[in-house]
Amino acid sequence: MNVLIMGCGRVGARLASSLDAQGHKVTVLDVDAYSFRRLLPTFGGTALLGDGTDDEALRKAGIEKADAFVALTQGDNRNVLAAQIAKHLFQVPRVLCRIYDPLRRDLYEALGLEAIGPTTIIAETFRKRLAG
Amino acid sequence: MYIVVVGGGNIGYHLARSLLSEGHEVLVIEKDAQKCERISEDLGSITLRGDGCEVATLETAGAGRADMLVAVTDHDEDNLVSCQVARHRFEVKRTVARVANPKLVPIFRRLGVDCVVSSTMLIMEHIEHDIPTHSLVHLLTIADAQMEIVEVRIPPKSAAVGRKVKDLSLPSGTTLSLLIRRQERPQVPTPETVLQAGDQVVAVTLPELEEALKLALTETGG
Repeated sequence: MNVLIMGCGRVGARLASSLDAQGHKVTVLDVDAYSFRRLLPTFGGTALLGDGTDDEALRKAGIEKADAFVALTQGDNRNVLAAQIAKHLFQVPRVLCRIYDPLRRDLYEALGLEAIGPTTIIAETFRKRLAG
Repeated sequence: MYIVVVGGGNIGYHLARSLLSEGHEVLVIEKDAQKCERISEDLGSITLRGDGCEVATLETAGAGRADMLVAVTDHDEDNLVSCQVARHRFEVKRTVARVANPKLVPIFRRLGVDCVVSSTMLIMEHIEHDIPTHSLVHLLTIADAQMEIVEVRIPPKSAAVGRKVKDLSLPSGTTLSLLIRRQERPQVPTPETVLQAGDQVVAVTLPELEEALKLALTETGG
């Protein structure tokens, strides 16, 4: 699978490194080159400096050939914008994005984005640990 | 009308002031306490402190009964999300977003924002007339019909010079509706009209055909 990841934070870098280790073709895009330090030394994919909400940067990163796009920047709204560009402008078959705000996550899920909400998931994990 | 303005910076402030003076009910949503205070002092208690992208804030703002939401923060992506939440969650009939990056205008439209305003593009449209290198000038956009009226000046080296209108490779969906030639009365071009260098042609076209129209009238002959 050809995967384009926007945002090389802890989650983005970890996802990129593990998909790469599984043999997928991975490109990571970030506006800050310093963030690429988080990639594992064995990472064999491409790390590219660029803004994932800019169509030219996305083209350079090979979005037209991507099977999946994952938006993992710190900003919910940046993720939402980039994910919608990937889905509606470039027709990427699978688009996933992180949205911290649970209500916003629900809304965009209803609008057809595969939106993952860490807030709900992590709160639930803690609750189960405490209660169970 | 009840109009919700998201973003209480300079644009939001002056927009709220103008809308109030026209007799509308206005609420400004702004995160920053100082900006809220400034607006409240000058314009009355029309502010709500909060994040205008959040469902909860818009709920408090009574977005459900708003006729319009105008998002004018400094962040393009926040303006998009405010408009989309307003439209899809609160069924606000008309949404307006400001964008700093003009490349986002068609994308925001496609994502359902009714009206997208780029100050960069507005300024460009106003100065295009004064920049001779711009051979295509926007005169009018008819938003509802997705049409626009543009003016193209035929450059001396254009391949269109000396050719009849019917022989030009104009994009279909484009009509040349007026020809302005120096020292002559404006005329409606016919298929037989022969174009001359310096002619000004007023055409009705679609935004996506603009570039093809410009090429057909201005491209240098090979």
